[in-house]
Amino acid sequence: MALLEKFRRVDEARQALARTGTDPFRVTFERVLSPTEAVVNGRRMILAGTNNYLGLTFDPECVEAAAKAVREFGTGTTGSRMANGSFNGHLLLERELADFYGRRWCVVFSTGYLANLGMISVLTGPGDVILIDTDCHASIYDGCRMTAAEVIRFRHNDVGDLDKRLKRLGERRVNTLIIAESVYSMLGDLAPLAEIVALKRKHGAFLLLDEAHSLGLLGARGRGLSEEVGVEDEVDFIVGTFSKSLGATGGFCVSDHDEMELTRYASRPYIFSASPCPSVIASTRAALRILHSRPELRAQLWSSARGLYGRLRDMEFSLGPEPSPIIAVLFDRTEEVIAFWNGLFERGVYVNMILPPAAPNGASLLRCSVSTAHTPDQIQQIAEAFASVKASVPSSPAADV
Amino acid sequence: MGRYDDTLLILYEILRPYAQDGQILSESTELIKDLDLDSMKVMQLLLEIEERFDISIPLNIVANVQTIRDFARQIGQFVKQQ
Repeated sequence: MALLEKFRRVDEARQALARTGTDPFRVTFERVLSPTEAVVNGRRMILAGTNNYLGLTFDPECVEAAAKAVREFGTGTTGSRMANGSFNGHLLLERELADFYGRRWCVVFSTGYLANLGMISVLTGPGDVILIDTDCHASIYDGCRMTAAEVIRFRHNDVGDLDKRLKRLGERRVNTLIIAESVYSMLGDLAPLAEIVALKRKHGAFLLLDEAHSLGLLGARGRGLSEEVGVEDEVDFIVGTFSKSLGATGGFCVSDHDEMELTRYASRPYIFSASPCPSVIASTRAALRILHSRPELRAQLWSSARGLYGRLRDMEFSLGPEPSPIIAVLFDRTEEVIAFWNGLFERGVYVNMILPPAAPNGASLLRCSVSTAHTPDQIQQIAEAFASVKASVPSSPAADV
Repeated sequence: MGRYDDTLLILYEILRPYAQDGQILSESTELIKDLDLDSMKVMQLLLEIEERFDISIPLNIVANVQTIRDFARQIGQFVKQQ
């Protein structure tokens, strides 16, 4: 097979998708009017697929902090921290994140994807074992490909299966890193974290928890599921992102293990990536302060999320297993989900379309992400658009998951 | 019948639904080329096979498994180890 031959199938799939209407993977926002509205093809759209949970991308404090940082430190860092040195803001953000989580150490990465790559590849090596939930994000799978450790999957949220696999490892359990997510990004379902932590303790393994979709959403202080469940002390490494609740781009890991600080010297994704630019660092620091000081944003988010979930459930859509700011609407057939996405798009509502193999068990789904910034009227419009499309697109709802 | 042959029989049983009409499975049948399994199906199959043999199979070995024979040999090793 010639080198580029493999792209032929991709091109065929892309063209087939484009023939059904707008290509969902090439939507371009000509202007972004607010955290929940943008202009596409000259038309205003409600954004319900952004992960912008707390709606902080246009917060005046965040915007001003970013603008000030650009004026004072320039537009970019132009290199990695190992080679070019750190900016003051990098160190301050790491200290503030560590303090926010009540942890000793924090390392900031340039994206959330790189945070998983950087941590998994540096923590594990030959002779070690990684146990990952089958539904983990691609960044976790890709991180696993960067290490010589053995990578074993356990069934999604199945603590019995995890226990069985830990037992099989025998003495190697102490060299094992369990990886799970707190809120799974496709269906919005939560990990059985208390049980996972109990197994980790029982077998003497380590636990890395990706809290990307729970930072700012769960816990009394917004620290995530581990805070909500009361097991923070038992989670060895918490990975998170700036690109959701914190309204920017970047990632981090916090830990109490002193070795965390040493990972900087060995983590290739950290060493060889250009560091986050000053505006990102500044707006993230501002967003973290807001997340801390305005818990009402969280309450508003959950109220809107439960409201939309309830509306869609009442319309008899097949939804992810529990209400959360990620609302997955499942379909049996790919053609159906494409038609539905186009119907919503025509009605001025933008959501994410997820096709196999991106979603678990070969599912096709639409993913809505609710934001604190959605007004009650916008939530109403999103629900009405779903109802209107449902009336016009023949559907065969998928079985509940 | 030896353990390898038992493993083969179980693999044939698990893989039969993926065979084309009239296709006969053999040790040299290739999983991706002959059975048209994509990466997602291979991952689902792995879970089923792990369950059936009560073993954990590291993802790392997937790249080295082309044929049913390769698969049976790998499974044999993990059964012995675990």
